[in-house]
Amino acid sequence: MIALYVVIGVVVVLAIILFMQYNSLVRQRNQVQNSWSQIDVQLKRRHDLIPNLIETVKGYMKHERETLESVTNARTSAVEAGGRGVGQQAKAEGELSGMLTRFFAVAENYPDLKANQNFLALQEELTSTENKIGFARQFYNDSVLNLNNKVQQFPSNIVAGMFGFKVGEFFELEAPAEREVPKVSFT
Amino acid sequence: MWEQIRANKIKSVWVIVGMGVLLLGFGYLIGELFFESGIAGIVLASIVWLIMNLVAFFQGDQVFLSVSKAKKLERSDHPKLFNTVEEMTIASGLPKMPDIYIIDEPAPNAFAMGRDPNKAAIAVTSGLLQRLNRDELQGVIAHEIGHIKNRDVLLMVISGITMGAIVLLADFALIYLILGGAGGGRRSSSSGGGGQGQIIILIVGIAFIILAPIIARLLYFAMSRKREYLADASSALYTRYPEGLASALEKISSSTNVLKSANRVTAPMYIVNPLHKPGLKASDLSSTHPPTSERIRILRSMGSSASFADYNRIYSEVHKGGGGVIPQSALAGAAGLVETRGASAEEARPEKIEKLERTREVSDLVEKLNDYTALACKCGAKFKVPTDFKGKSIKCPRCGTVNHIPGR
Repeated sequence: MIALYVVIGVVVVLAIILFMQYNSLVRQRNQVQNSWSQIDVQLKRRHDLIPNLIETVKGYMKHERETLESVTNARTSAVEAGGRGVGQQAKAEGELSGMLTRFFAVAENYPDLKANQNFLALQEELTSTENKIGFARQFYNDSVLNLNNKVQQFPSNIVAGMFGFKVGEFFELEAPAEREVPKVSFT
Repeated sequence: MWEQIRANKIKSVWVIVGMGVLLLGFGYLIGELFFESGIAGIVLASIVWLIMNLVAFFQGDQVFLSVSKAKKLERSDHPKLFNTVEEMTIASGLPKMPDIYIIDEPAPNAFAMGRDPNKAAIAVTSGLLQRLNRDELQGVIAHEIGHIKNRDVLLMVISGITMGAIVLLADFALIYLILGGAGGGRRSSSSGGGGQGQIIILIVGIAFIILAPIIARLLYFAMSRKREYLADASSALYTRYPEGLASALEKISSSTNVLKSANRVTAPMYIVNPLHKPGLKASDLSSTHPPTSERIRILRSMGSSASFADYNRIYSEVHKGGGGVIPQSALAGAAGLVETRGASAEEARPEKIEKLERTREVSDLVEKLNDYTALACKCGAKFKVPTDFKGKSIKCPRCGTVNHIPGR
């Protein structure tokens, strides 16, 4: 009799551990998905803001056609890269970020532009969207790290294997140089 | 590292249960001493606690915000502040962006409100907006979001109320004891002999009446200080830029302005203790906040790593052998390597020009919120007039023309 109780007890404990591990894995996976949609929202917002920006600065920056065109091109390829997987999209968006920082560095040379309220508002919006993308990426990568730890570490890897949980993909920017924010000198 | 919130929830419950047990035990003792029934004391203590909690639960945020004279902001009022809060909401993974309030006071400070992350609010003073650059503002907002994310507001409100109930009961008991000196006589007549045992119980009871509020207060203050450290660590984690908060703390604490709308009840909610007197010893046991210099030192020592584990290690180094400040449960799931980032581009701008811009921005905002009337005189002078002048006439200080201000 006692042996039976012991067996039942062990089974119940194992079942509880299984439930808890499974729920924890589902929670982590949902967080990864949710934080990815956060990045997506911000990337879309950036795509929407750029045409306005180009429209606003066109009159002021007549001699910078090349810069403006490269921003527009980078935007187009970033929009096209959407839905082609995390790695591809990260690459295109990373290039767009680089183009934008270069563009704002160039814009510093136009005092008239810096007095334009519309431009200042757009600059604030784009800078902030840039930050939001960065923070959303940070949160996404943290979530992926947590999920991956769960999927690969013992004992949760057993549960993950049983129910087909997969490791997530990190959102990495391509070149390490792009991670640095350029210093703009005013002297 | 996001597992810590769940761990904190469980931990908070234990702290509150502990304080509740202290309150009930205290109620029982008071009941035994004064009503000859411990149960009556427990009932009394529970009723006091419940009423205070209900008031705080349904009215707390509104009362607190109106006591602090806070005004709600819309996105168009101050896009930069809104964006900063939104950025930190994303970085922390909060489900919903907190409401933003502004307090028109020159003393720089900020606080977070809201028991529930879905109904949270952050208030900043106009002095804070004027003084801090974007990176510093971000650090402060991240600290406040950290409070919301770690459920500190709920924890501090409930434990504050429990402490308040204990203090209140102790005050009543002392007054009762002093005024009703005859109470002891009545008691001994009802219980017959055993005089010596009675006296011992009475002495223990009085000692408890004096000690319980002190213990409750120390518990409360110690917890408050721990939560501040945890919010600092969260700020470093969300922004990946501890220097921003460090330099903000430096600016806030070096300000000589005194926050007029703060009082003893609201003090623990602010980022830097608004009531701190310069003469007070920094590491005072009865302080709601850790010494600012120490918070800055820990943040500055973090160097290029911003994880909870690093914050904890540096904290232990500063407090020699004093153990860590981050719950073990939070450290267990923490990511190994968390790098900091560089300063944002705004840092490079000359501080003086930037401050002028910010000051103008904030004073425009405050005037707009206070419903000032913009007035242009014939001579070209422009001025803004407070609401009290509506429907009256004023003379232009430049050319002397009398201008009529349209009424409401």
